[in-house]
Amino acid sequence: MTTADPVRAERTPPPRRGGFARRGSVFLTTHPRARLALLLSAPLLWLVVVYIVALLLLLVTAFWTVDSFTGEIRIDWTFDNIVTVVTGALYQTVTLRTVGVAAAVTVIDVALALPIAFYMAKVAGPRAQRALVIAVLMPLWASYLVKAYAWRSVLSQDGILEWLLSPIGLHTPGYGLTATIITLSYLWLPYVILPIYAGLERVPDSLIEASADLGGGTWRTMRSVVLPLAFPAIVAGTIFSFSLSLGDYITVNIVGGTSQMLGNLVYTNVGAANNLPLAAAIALIPIAIIFGYLALVRRTGALDNL
Amino acid sequence: MRLGTATRIALGTVTAVILAIVYIPLLVVLANSFSTSTSLSWPPPGFTLEWWARAFQSEGALDAISTSVVVAIVSTAVALVLGTLISLALQRFSFFGRDAVSLLVILPIALPGIITGIALNNFFRTILGVPLSIWTVVIAHATFCIVTVFNNVIARLRRMGINLEEASADLGAGVWTTFRLVTFPQLRSALLAGGLLAFALSFDEIIVTTFTAGSGVTTLPIFILNNMFRPNQAPIVAVIAVVLVVVSIVPIYLAQRLSGSEQTRR
Repeated sequence: MTTADPVRAERTPPPRRGGFARRGSVFLTTHPRARLALLLSAPLLWLVVVYIVALLLLLVTAFWTVDSFTGEIRIDWTFDNIVTVVTGALYQTVTLRTVGVAAAVTVIDVALALPIAFYMAKVAGPRAQRALVIAVLMPLWASYLVKAYAWRSVLSQDGILEWLLSPIGLHTPGYGLTATIITLSYLWLPYVILPIYAGLERVPDSLIEASADLGGGTWRTMRSVVLPLAFPAIVAGTIFSFSLSLGDYITVNIVGGTSQMLGNLVYTNVGAANNLPLAAAIALIPIAIIFGYLALVRRTGALDNL
Repeated sequence: MRLGTATRIALGTVTAVILAIVYIPLLVVLANSFSTSTSLSWPPPGFTLEWWARAFQSEGALDAISTSVVVAIVSTAVALVLGTLISLALQRFSFFGRDAVSLLVILPIALPGIITGIALNNFFRTILGVPLSIWTVVIAHATFCIVTVFNNVIARLRRMGINLEEASADLGAGVWTTFRLVTFPQLRSALLAGGLLAFALSFDEIIVTTFTAGSGVTTLPIFILNNMFRPNQAPIVAVIAVVLVVVSIVPIYLAQRLSGSEQTRR
């Protein structure tokens, strides 16, 4: 029958190239698992070897010691570093301070990002929307360091903030934790705006209109329709601001005065103190906190919105 | 959306105020690049072009920029390839451990940079005994750049669906031909957007870089960090920052144009 079917005969591709590429292609078409293996092998190899193995070895290093004479790392298994980090008053204080700063930065950023992202996604016209996306993205290209340094000069005693505030009887907060929170909120704001904007853009206008047709006012629509749909995107934004603040040590150096965060302790122990095992043990604190946070927010679907 | 005029105006005002606050420090940097004060005091005591002239002759700055460009291009290239492969695998197949793999991709960006930095520093130096160099920086950067490419490509793959690819296969095109003629053209602008973000991320990264750069490797952020507390160098840093922001308008505008024209076509 098939040979008598002229249409079918015409559609069958002639076996022009019986070469290696053709046979490989046929094999891959008929073997989806091989296709998958081919796609996955290179990136998985890279991520596992470069990243997961490095992270696990960091964990292992936390159980080693440094020879106090030579400064070399010795493979003497010990819990000393972990005990020091868990029980040391310094580490507890700094951990609480760091988490407090990261939480404050996250709250400020979400509070600022929500109205601006909503305006971009649902209120502004197409032209204004494009201009706003550019306006939000552009500061990302200014160096992180330059922005932190700009805040150093803005907040300094003879800076622009003091110049603006002193006529109305207020003063710059100066360098310290407040300055750190302001600067970090400033630095991570675009990272929080962008996922929230993308999330709000995906909220269908039809649902918002339906809510209005059913008598929902602006706030009711916002609370019962827009926010629940955009929630995973909001959480995705908080992962950025929280995690980026948790590991920061450079901004604290620039505007934080003498305040220390976890990152400073890690950095000092890698560099000046040359105690990599202790640094590794300290680094386990933010790792544990972030994994806890990721586990907490996993169910919201936030990880698909990063 | 139907909003009251008052709400619209309130939202617009809040947006304008936040954007103003975002740009004020950048304008302060712009002013400082022309200021005669080397300690960045406000208001600027006088106007000078000295820093602009010195910045373009500063060999350290120019070398640092070219180092950063090399690092960013190579890391972006690696991230483009690996990010595309892994998005295709995760979007087009369902398999055991898929959630774990997608967590693995976002982990380098979800964990603080200092963790990535110290883990790789420890891995290269203590475990492998490899001296730090420009290539250790590239490896580190490529690792956290994968996720930006991945995000853009997987979002595009989700929207594309598989109809066109199946049609291509039904018409006798092989796997490679289908990718080249059907899948890739549809991915192109997503790759551009992801690539730009990866480039920007790598170009500006300082924390992971300090932990993975060899002693002779000075990327632009390292140069800035080394120079910004020196009185005679700080205004030069301001000049570099202004130039970077102005130059960045071009790629951002292009990316917007591309994604904009695609939306209208759809």
